[in-house]
Amino acid sequence: MMSSNFRAWPLFLLLTVLSLPLVTMYVYLFVDTVTDTTAGSLIPDRFTLQHWRFLWEAPETGRVSIWTVTLNTFVFAICTTLVNVSASVTAGYALSRLNMPFKRFFLGGILTLHAFPTITLIISIFLILQMIGLYNTLIGVILVKTALELPFGIWIMKGFFDNVPWEIEMAGLQDGASRFTVWWKLVLPQVQPGIAALAVFVFLSAWSEFILPQVLAPSGSAQVLSTYLSNLIFDDVKPDFNMFKSVGVFYALPVIVIYLIFNRQLMNIYGGGTKG
Amino acid sequence: MRISIENFTKSFGDTTVIEDMSLEIGDGEMLALLGPSGCGKSTTLFAICGIHRMNAGRLLFGDADVTEVSSQKRNVGVVFQNYALYPHMNVYENIAFPLKVRKESRAEIDRKVQEIAGLVHIGELLRRRPMQLSGGQQQRVALARALIRKPDILLLDEPLANLDAKLRLEMRSEIRRIQLATGITAVLVTHDQVEAMSMCDRIALMDKGRIVQLSTPKDMYENPSSDFVAGFLGNPPIAFLEGAAANGGFRLANSQVTLPVPSGIDMPGEGAPMRFGVRPEFFQPDNPLKVSGKVSFVETQGREELYDVTLENGAVLRSIQSQSAGFRLGEEVSWGIAQDRILAFGPDGNRL
Repeated sequence: MMSSNFRAWPLFLLLTVLSLPLVTMYVYLFVDTVTDTTAGSLIPDRFTLQHWRFLWEAPETGRVSIWTVTLNTFVFAICTTLVNVSASVTAGYALSRLNMPFKRFFLGGILTLHAFPTITLIISIFLILQMIGLYNTLIGVILVKTALELPFGIWIMKGFFDNVPWEIEMAGLQDGASRFTVWWKLVLPQVQPGIAALAVFVFLSAWSEFILPQVLAPSGSAQVLSTYLSNLIFDDVKPDFNMFKSVGVFYALPVIVIYLIFNRQLMNIYGGGTKG
Repeated sequence: MRISIENFTKSFGDTTVIEDMSLEIGDGEMLALLGPSGCGKSTTLFAICGIHRMNAGRLLFGDADVTEVSSQKRNVGVVFQNYALYPHMNVYENIAFPLKVRKESRAEIDRKVQEIAGLVHIGELLRRRPMQLSGGQQQRVALARALIRKPDILLLDEPLANLDAKLRLEMRSEIRRIQLATGITAVLVTHDQVEAMSMCDRIALMDKGRIVQLSTPKDMYENPSSDFVAGFLGNPPIAFLEGAAANGGFRLANSQVTLPVPSGIDMPGEGAPMRFGVRPEFFQPDNPLKVSGKVSFVETQGREELYDVTLENGAVLRSIQSQSAGFRLGEEVSWGIAQDRILAFGPDGNRL
């Protein structure tokens, strides 16, 4: 028998009432993508797949295929993750362990940058990208996104490295391994949960990024799903809201899948990033 | 291999931890660096293995000067206090790691791991992870990893500190057995005098960055050079009587009682402060040099009983006697000190 200090059902009732609007919204977001329900009605009329036609029909002139855009989004998110994680594990280790000049300055700088409202930089970034010819390219957005996410990644990884016992490294050196081998073979495996968490976090963050692609690579072949979605609703003469919802669900699916698979790793970061 | 430390100085920032220390450790010898925490014993150990750079002085292994040689090239095996096993590798991989780094062949590694695993009795644990091992087993793995590449020198940093009392006894003799079996030169860092005395050929007792006395366990116990050494060695610890030199004898502080001094010591001037150190085993009922007092504490230790006797002037002497004695708390007793076993110390704490 489970004993509790209070009855559970009033709480459940309250939570149900409070979350009902949210649940309804999610349910109808999905229902509307496969039906032609008229606005204001709650009863689905018939099943149809025509709102998902963007998946298989050739794009209208002047538009890019959804698959190209999806590929772009994956390239954008994966490259951002790779660059960010590799820079974070090296920089985080250096800040945590190496006796280097200006360490305090770097640490302070990273904290400041982490707290800095990066959106205020967008105009100067725009100008710089135009000047060096990376405007409206995926590489440009990847670089900018990575740079803006990096302080967070470095800080998180430094926290994980701080928790690796010194003795493991000393033992490695004593066993004859070089500093690099020690880092690669002995220290990195200890912070593996941190790496996994950071990678998922950065991937999701890049996947849902809208402002940067919108400003720095708004059109053409460099589009990602978030900008595609927004173009869909802004450009059209007669907006198809149900198709907009379908693209939205399509866009959200990988996030949901990734979150379901990796939610334990993500807890590592949200839990403070202290447990290695 | 012989280790010579010559005029070793180490400082961290402005604090000098060790100043001008010299120490020679013979080939195949097991030496203990013993001392209270913060005395510089671990610093010395880390200087020998190359984790700490020496600020001044020289370090020689055999005839080779290794002062500037990096840790990786020194061929020193270290067992750390928390064992520092690699948590993501199983026991086999842990032990094989030093050989893997040297890119030895798979067959060769396998042969050596099996051999060393047999020596430290962990043959059946090779597939386990460190987390799945008890403290004593982790200790054995750490030893195996330190010994597998046949190092010239084995360093042990408080190897028994994390074990429970019973395992500590077992590993004490195990480590000594393995050290003797391999004939390796070993340095043990410990704050536990029992460990140092029971495991090592010689003890270097350190205090505040200096070696206070370097000697065999037996000699250090019987002939301590200062009251610090006498107080550090022995369990139950030695008891000290404060007093002063008077008429060629030793007068207890705040008392008229005068005790004769051990023969053959240089007495300090009349009235100079002195201390007498009396070990519990030399304060017994049937010794001739009687002092009287009251039993103020009784501790049963099983085979023996430990008594504290408070003298008239408030000083406390300890006595350890066999179980059958049966004195009770508060009893007035008049027990004797073995006169020739008294350790007399002068005003500066040094042995007279």
